[in-house]
Amino acid sequence: MTLRRTEILLALLLAAALILAALSTPWLRFVLTIALAKGVAVLGILLLLRAGQVSFGHALYVALGAYAVAFLAPSMPEASLLLPAAAALAGAVGLLVGLFVSRYREIFFGMLNLALSMVFYSVLEKLYHITKGTDGIRVPAITVLGQPLEGATYGWAVFGIALALAFLFGLFVRAYLASPMGQALAAIKTRETRLDFMGVSPRQILLSAYVLSAVMAGCAGALIAMATRHVTPLLAYWTASGELVFIAVLGGAGGVLGPFLGAITFELVRVYAAATVADAWQMILGTVLLLVILFARGGIWGLVASWLGRRRAA
Amino acid sequence: MGEWFEQNGALLGLALLDGIASAALIFMVAVGLNLVFGVLRVLNVAHGSFFAIGAYAAASLGLFLASAGLPAWASLLAILLAAVLTGLTLGPLIERFLLRRIYAEESVLQLLVTFALFMILEDAQKLLWGVQPVSFSGPVSMMGTVDVPFAGDVIPYNTYQVILLPAIALLTLVGLALFLRRTLTGRVIVAVTLDREAATAMGIDAGRIYLLTFAFGAVLAALGGALSAPTASLVPGVGASTIVLSFAVVATAGLGQIEGAALTALMIGIGRSVAVTFEPELEVVVPYLIMVAVLLVRPQGLFGVPETRRI
Repeated sequence: MTLRRTEILLALLLAAALILAALSTPWLRFVLTIALAKGVAVLGILLLLRAGQVSFGHALYVALGAYAVAFLAPSMPEASLLLPAAAALAGAVGLLVGLFVSRYREIFFGMLNLALSMVFYSVLEKLYHITKGTDGIRVPAITVLGQPLEGATYGWAVFGIALALAFLFGLFVRAYLASPMGQALAAIKTRETRLDFMGVSPRQILLSAYVLSAVMAGCAGALIAMATRHVTPLLAYWTASGELVFIAVLGGAGGVLGPFLGAITFELVRVYAAATVADAWQMILGTVLLLVILFARGGIWGLVASWLGRRRAA
Repeated sequence: MGEWFEQNGALLGLALLDGIASAALIFMVAVGLNLVFGVLRVLNVAHGSFFAIGAYAAASLGLFLASAGLPAWASLLAILLAAVLTGLTLGPLIERFLLRRIYAEESVLQLLVTFALFMILEDAQKLLWGVQPVSFSGPVSMMGTVDVPFAGDVIPYNTYQVILLPAIALLTLVGLALFLRRTLTGRVIVAVTLDREAATAMGIDAGRIYLLTFAFGAVLAALGGALSAPTASLVPGVGASTIVLSFAVVATAGLGQIEGAALTALMIGIGRSVAVTFEPELEVVVPYLIMVAVLLVRPQGLFGVPETRRI
């Protein structure tokens, strides 16, 4: 069995494990919903990482998606309309910002994204009469396909949507990376002038990946808003962006399962760490990030893949 | 306009003075960030942490000296001592044991390593100094105020911020420019910045220059922080806002520019303080607006030279 086929099998196993975990321990369902949502956002970061670019500002799109749900839900509480709306808004802003930032690479790319997300953060914080500032906005319960839901059913519905979206985007990104568009991303990382020689515009390649990543982050934000039922400007804060990059590195950029493995590990560790070592939480994250970069470059997925490789060879 | 000026002239003057004082501090950090990036080709996100740790160290040392009964001028000594100690401990340690391992890596990984370092140092501050605001205003009250004439008005302003800070920043600017252009070590640093391979081939020990530059940059950032300690009470998070602000300065000025960084720091510092005075909502946004506006027109920065693309 090739690694690509094994990957799908692993994804199905992982999904089954998540459902079982959510069934056995009800509070885990919420944690896993958030993890899946962040995994979707990190898929977008993975696309950019393939091009050798890192954005310290993608929390901007997560927050856009979340606030879109918060503003639209009172008049249109339907998940199947809210999600596309959030995705469209994030995609449109992503296109606008992308036209600007796709001219830059590496440090400038990362820091310009950071700057723009911080501008959005302070706008959310300061425009109190519209966004209620740091208090944030409560999100009313949404309906799924016209069905009003409550309590555990609501939680299960959001969990189900998150899982479905994770699969959908996972398969999509897999196909995208295998396509010429995705292959060209890797060329931006090595020598992008060669793309020019072949008559391919590196800027357009990066721009389409950027818009896709914005759409995925927007969907993730919408899911987070539906699950937590409360949005605050902190969603757009730079630490939230850093978290996404952290998860991408932790999970590994080698395969589409990486972001989800990373996000699930991250959220589970956080549940325990936040309770015991709240003051040293960032320190732990930083140390783990250093260790992963210095000693386990491929992240969790890298470890899994090399283990599978050894088994096949044996 | 004339009427508006009549009413708000003094406010505008105050805003300008605030801007100059904060520009002096931003410059100290940005110029170090710039120098380190030029030589090591690593954008050090943890540079903001040096600023914060320098500030906390100066406050602790200053308060300790004051409680030991030393005269007020000793607090100025505390600032200098804290900066040098912070920079010379953290700088070499980090360069030698962490950065040295990743020079050959792609720049994304380098950025992530310094980001990880930043997260670690950020919590280290919280563990060492707590989350309560720390206040150390000895030097400011010691130096009293000075009357600054502005457009027919007289604005009393504290001497520390309006005379001492800009003087130190100016001294740093001139000293650094002379050091880089006139001394052997300085010229070697410039040589490594311009062409690392050629410099190494000429027998320059690049490793030593890296260490030296990084430590020097760390001292400058810590000095900026230490000097800022008396002007505002210290709270967690100051490192983050500092690194973002000084990056804005470096990007707007263009990488590798020292005099340009000074002018840009002044522009961003004044822009910000004018916003604080007249449109407080815009305060956080102004530096980014300036940066984005400049980069839209000149992607290489105001004073930067466009780099040729590698093939």
